[in-house]
Amino acid sequence: MSDPVRELYQAIIVDHSRAPRRRGPLPGATHEATVDNPLCGDRVTFRLIVDGDRVRDAAFEAQGCALSLAAASLLAERVAGAPIAEARALIARFAAFVREAPGAPIPEQLGDLSAFAGVREFRSRQACAALPAVAFERAVPPLP
Amino acid sequence: MDPSAWRGDFPALHQEVHGHPLVYLDSASTSLRPQAVIDAVVQVYARDAGNVHRGVHALSEAATAAFDAARAEVARFLAGSPDEVVFTRGTTESINLVAHAWGRGAVGPGDVVVATALEHHSNLVPWQLLCAERGATLRIAPIDGSGRIDLTGLAALLDRRVRMVAVSHMSNVLGTVAPVAEIARLAHGVGALLLVDGAQAAAHLPVDVGALGCDFYAFSGHKVHGPTGIGVLWGRARLLEAMPPWQGGGEMVTSVDLQGARFREPPYRFEAGTPDIAGAIGLGAALAYLGRIDRAAAAAHERALHRRLLAALTGLPGVRVLGRPELALAAFVVDGVPAHDLATILDRDGIAIRSGHHCAEPLHRQLGLSASARASLAFYNAPDDVDRLVAGIARAREVLA
Repeated sequence: MSDPVRELYQAIIVDHSRAPRRRGPLPGATHEATVDNPLCGDRVTFRLIVDGDRVRDAAFEAQGCALSLAAASLLAERVAGAPIAEARALIARFAAFVREAPGAPIPEQLGDLSAFAGVREFRSRQACAALPAVAFERAVPPLP
Repeated sequence: MDPSAWRGDFPALHQEVHGHPLVYLDSASTSLRPQAVIDAVVQVYARDAGNVHRGVHALSEAATAAFDAARAEVARFLAGSPDEVVFTRGTTESINLVAHAWGRGAVGPGDVVVATALEHHSNLVPWQLLCAERGATLRIAPIDGSGRIDLTGLAALLDRRVRMVAVSHMSNVLGTVAPVAEIARLAHGVGALLLVDGAQAAAHLPVDVGALGCDFYAFSGHKVHGPTGIGVLWGRARLLEAMPPWQGGGEMVTSVDLQGARFREPPYRFEAGTPDIAGAIGLGAALAYLGRIDRAAAAAHERALHRRLLAALTGLPGVRVLGRPELALAAFVVDGVPAHDLATILDRDGIAIRSGHHCAEPLHRQLGLSASARASLAFYNAPDDVDRLVAGIARAREVLA
């Protein structure tokens, strides 16, 4: 039988939590939002530079658990350079995905983010993985 | 070391979690209940199911007798008098009751309330609200490096404008114990009152409100092996008598007409509406249970476990214990393993600990942390529980390596 803890903390998640990409300030940010998870004290700030209909650059700052850090890191990598509509769709898909039933089909568009499949077994931790997605959704400008 | 003579009394201990026998190290969050408490609660609903202080029928009389006996049991536990024991929903409501019923009359513009840097949110936020509403100031007494209240620092904050000093008897994060009697002398020396948040201490320390010298003492049923949703405010009789009600309704009045009401004496004045009858009776049963067992032996067992816990944690590389815990718990951080992830990984090994800021966010900020892990003990824990925790921490480090 597989070990749910190992399924949760896959190598890519551990890697991104220990050495997050795109963590830090973002000079010239045009949009930002901060969200807290009062349950665990996690806090994520997402910042974007939006240029026309694209996210030209993205970065985050966070205090948090391995799951929220890894999710912020992977999400920031994916949205940087993406069209806003695409980034928004991806983030919404990811936020929904982490709360789906364990074993539900994994949407192809998630790519590396599918490493979070294991969190679907861990109800109390889904909010951790989703926290950066919430921050992104609040930061991103409304569609024209 | 004995596994614990009391384990058999606590049915919730005897279950498997994720395929492992449960190791419960979260009693500081909520303590488990002995069968005697569960039986007492069941009996309220299954037999003595009437309302209290109303009916003349047998069920109401039985419920009233058990409810009054529970209040007497609480009074014995605190070495106080039953008319000084107000039933509330818990420590939080007890403190809010004082902040409202006492605070609105006694605290005015320019007055001061003093709390400490280690307070739980429940002994901080009600005072913040009161001070904001009344134009008063909240001063915060510092703690020292071991996590104890700095008495010199506290004394320096006290002057004639201070109306209330509010301190935790025992820190829910640092496990340190406040010198309450000394703080009472300091507070009374400037004419202030002392409220003690006993949520953590009541399960681990003798509580004699006279010897402590405090004016209010608050604690929760569920942290002394009783039900959730019930708690106690003990207050000095003359203070309670001078306080107006804070909630209106049935039970707390002597007579009512359409334009006004006259209020009953304490404690009933502060217990509007049908109370948590089963909760109060369950709490009485919990305190009676604590009175029946050999508490000295239970306390000695718990102290030995605590020494084992501290020795184990401080012996682990990359683990840092916060402050110098004196009793029953240890909060700690593990290099490379965020507290929340540690708690998740331990849970899958059947081990329950707390992670987060434990409702003491300002304290964590002062310590430069957003979260910590906390293992907390009761006399029903066994030495093996500590050993399994240590093994679990090692596994968590492997998983996140």
